[in-house]
Amino acid sequence: MSAVLEVADLAVRFRTTRGTVNAVDGLSFAIGEGETVALVGESGSGKSTAALAMLRLIADPPGRIASGRILFEGRDILGLREEELREVRGGRIAMIFQDPMMALNPVYTIERQIGEVLALHAGMGREARAKEVVELLRLVGVPAPAERARQYPHNLSGGMRQRVMVAMALACKPKLLIADEPTTALDVTVQAQVLDLIQSLKDRFGMAVLLITHDLGVVAETAHRVIVMYAGRKVEEGTTAQIFKDPRHPYTKGLLEAAKWEEVEGAMLREIPGAVPSPFDMPKGCAFSPRCGAVQPRCRESAPPLAEVAPGRPVACFVAQEGRP
Amino acid sequence: MSEGRGDVVLEAVDLVKHFPVKHGLFQPARHVHALDGVSFALKRGETLAIVGESGCGKSTLAKCLMRLDEPTGGRVVLLGDDITHLAKGALRGLRRHMQIVFQDPYASLNPRWSIGSIVADPIRLHEKVSRDERRRRVAELLETVGLDPGFADRHPHELSGGQRQRVAIARALAVNPSVIICDEPVSALDVSIQAQVINLLKRLQARLGIAYLFISHNLALVEHISDRIAVMYLGQVVELADTRSMRRELLHPYSKALFSAAPVADPDASARRTRIILTGDVPSPVDPPGGCRFRTRCPWKQDRCAAESPALRAVGDRLVRCHFAGDAGFPAPVS
Repeated sequence: MSAVLEVADLAVRFRTTRGTVNAVDGLSFAIGEGETVALVGESGSGKSTAALAMLRLIADPPGRIASGRILFEGRDILGLREEELREVRGGRIAMIFQDPMMALNPVYTIERQIGEVLALHAGMGREARAKEVVELLRLVGVPAPAERARQYPHNLSGGMRQRVMVAMALACKPKLLIADEPTTALDVTVQAQVLDLIQSLKDRFGMAVLLITHDLGVVAETAHRVIVMYAGRKVEEGTTAQIFKDPRHPYTKGLLEAAKWEEVEGAMLREIPGAVPSPFDMPKGCAFSPRCGAVQPRCRESAPPLAEVAPGRPVACFVAQEGRP
Repeated sequence: MSEGRGDVVLEAVDLVKHFPVKHGLFQPARHVHALDGVSFALKRGETLAIVGESGCGKSTLAKCLMRLDEPTGGRVVLLGDDITHLAKGALRGLRRHMQIVFQDPYASLNPRWSIGSIVADPIRLHEKVSRDERRRRVAELLETVGLDPGFADRHPHELSGGQRQRVAIARALAVNPSVIICDEPVSALDVSIQAQVINLLKRLQARLGIAYLFISHNLALVEHISDRIAVMYLGQVVELADTRSMRRELLHPYSKALFSAAPVADPDASARRTRIILTGDVPSPVDPPGGCRFRTRCPWKQDRCAAESPALRAVGDRLVRCHFAGDAGFPAPVS
């Protein structure tokens, strides 16, 4: 499988009045054609910042992509000029967000918003655009698409708005879709519809997906590969089956245990003690060490580098690297 | 349910809440049917979960029970007293028996108050005790919810989300309530923190015998924490049963669809199970469909569903609002 996207050693920093924050630190990964890769983590893990960095959408200042390479179809996104970048954004790479109301312009009709993408990236004329918009809305399962096209975002329900955003993202048949918590704001029955939709469109157009989520259920159902992030760094990577059945990093293990609600009827859940460290007050050594049950003295001294514990299984943990449970 | 009435701490009897909608001069008045005849009885030390999607009325239910919203019809009975029409003053006295923990710990704590004053506030309102006694109780409460008593001097902005939710729980516990309404208490928290708060709630219940009305959209969590589950759809309870029975089987088509749609954090299980993908959205509660409210999305709907609205009736060990639930061969497997 050839890589659609290849990220190497990406670092994103934010300058604040309280000091510099390393929101993303040394992140590397690749996504193959038609592959779905999930970036998983809790708040402050840097997953959303990483997603925004893919399209250079980090507000600068205060943010800055400090180092790294983001190769998309062989070109480095970080080296593109503004005009070149505009062509990639919404064209070859599309992005959908958690809150469709933030991404849709409230004073434009649905037709105008999706039409704008088609005009910019496909150079379509007015009539062709109007037809294509209705076709796209039908494709994403919006009932009465011709009527809906003339309405405004506030006329639509949350699920419908999310579909419109998917339609807009797909307008130019992107090679890569970046989906940042695409279903978090939706009800479960609507979430199932939207995930189903992304899946079927993926199969149809062979698009790759970078899925950013904190929901392990969504990951288990949609992703091929999983990257677990903690406090700005990748701590573990593997296929979905590997991560769920044979997690190696204590944080991944804890996360999976903490979400095993239904299997421990009556019993207490396994907790991860403490909380994610403040970015202004990162512990010395491994960022997870204050919460880790397997912690050793050296974990508090130096941060473990990523190293393969098995082929294709990089893990950033001294204990896991020594093969101890 | 062999326990007598005496075990019931909170009862909703046929609760109705309609909100008026703005309408034109010559248009008929219209209403949002947020709650339409919701009844249940919550027993001492029990956890009853209310699940459903947005617009099903679960949060309105919480507000009507607390009398933060005035119900349009029906009754709320707390510890044997009908509190539906109680005047403000008398209500305040009874509120100490029923407390609420909200979803967003960032919005439910006054940012200008110290944690100590926040937790002491219900004590100050409901009991005449000295300042020293209050301070002692606050320290004890903070320890109960797993916070260092030193937190009393801090302010909400210095705390993480999980810590704030612990403060909200300490505040609810301050007056020894019989009932705590938990309205999505962990959905704003990270997964690793959710487990901490859920365990805390369970420990407190085992120790203090508090009953929880647990409102949530997280089905896996609800199965874990509750003794009984009520599924709501468009302002009505459509299925109510013991959690154990619900795990075994679901009888209402909506419950089936709802539970089958929830993603499971296990790749094998998710490959095995059949999902029922509903078409369309939840209809507007301003104009709920006549007959069965779920019929516009039900894969098994029949003519009778439009003609006649089903009553909440007993089928085996549970209550179900569906004409056909419990019939042999219903519902047929979906292709």
